[in-house]
Amino acid sequence: MNETRTPPSLGSARATSVAALDEGFLGELRRQMLKFATLQLSDPQAAEDAVQEALAGAMKNASTFAGRSAFKTWVFAILKNKVADELRRRQRLVEASQLLREDEEEEGEWFDQQGFWLAQERPRTWQDPEDAFQNAQFWQVFEACLEHLPARQARVFMMREFLGLESHEICTSLGITATNLNVMLHRARLRLRECLENRWFSGGKPC
Amino acid sequence: MLSCREATRLMSEAQERSLSWRERVALMFHAMMCSGCRNARKQFLLLRQAIRRYVSTDRPNMPGAK
Repeated sequence: MNETRTPPSLGSARATSVAALDEGFLGELRRQMLKFATLQLSDPQAAEDAVQEALAGAMKNASTFAGRSAFKTWVFAILKNKVADELRRRQRLVEASQLLREDEEEEGEWFDQQGFWLAQERPRTWQDPEDAFQNAQFWQVFEACLEHLPARQARVFMMREFLGLESHEICTSLGITATNLNVMLHRARLRLRECLENRWFSGGKPC
Repeated sequence: MLSCREATRLMSEAQERSLSWRERVALMFHAMMCSGCRNARKQFLLLRQAIRRYVSTDRPNMPGAK
């Protein structure tokens, strides 16, 4: 961006890190945090509060970070804790039937009556996943696929995979059984897999 | 013999808990004969890696990755 800026002198770590946290960076970071917190808490105000607190907490110590990556990792760690605490505090009881209803019958999209892959749904080999991970466009597709999950599936999947909550914590906070949870995670994984295959790995890359 | 639905369910659950010896054998047997489920198993593991990358800065086009 600003290639002509004079490199900060050695020993001015504070200047380096604070300068690195420009508005563009913070804006994008905030957007990602908000998206994540809203998905998890399904309450825009609570999400906004959690993001604000996490950012404020991290900014206080901004000078101790060597750069943007360290700052981002830290601020997300704080946010994850805040969201997890909020979810534990709420111990929200969502009817299991409601959680499962949205994706009833959807397994019929992939499997035949005997439970074997429908010919056109059979997973293919993914070429060069590492290559995809290095491609910025792949991550746009990945984000779109996450967003296309049914809302509750996405929530459970992110609680498990991103927040790293244990299965029993998720079950308690949502009031569902381990079986419900496993069904939802199974479907979320099948759906994400399918989406990535269709939109990326089967040659659907944007040019 | 497991169906593909059951096999992928076990593959998904394998990320949540350790499978029993019986479940592992059934899965191995199924995977030997089913390329679709072999692919699905690799992809479930990749999904976990991807979500970690997604939230880290270790990917292109991210703030912090420049």
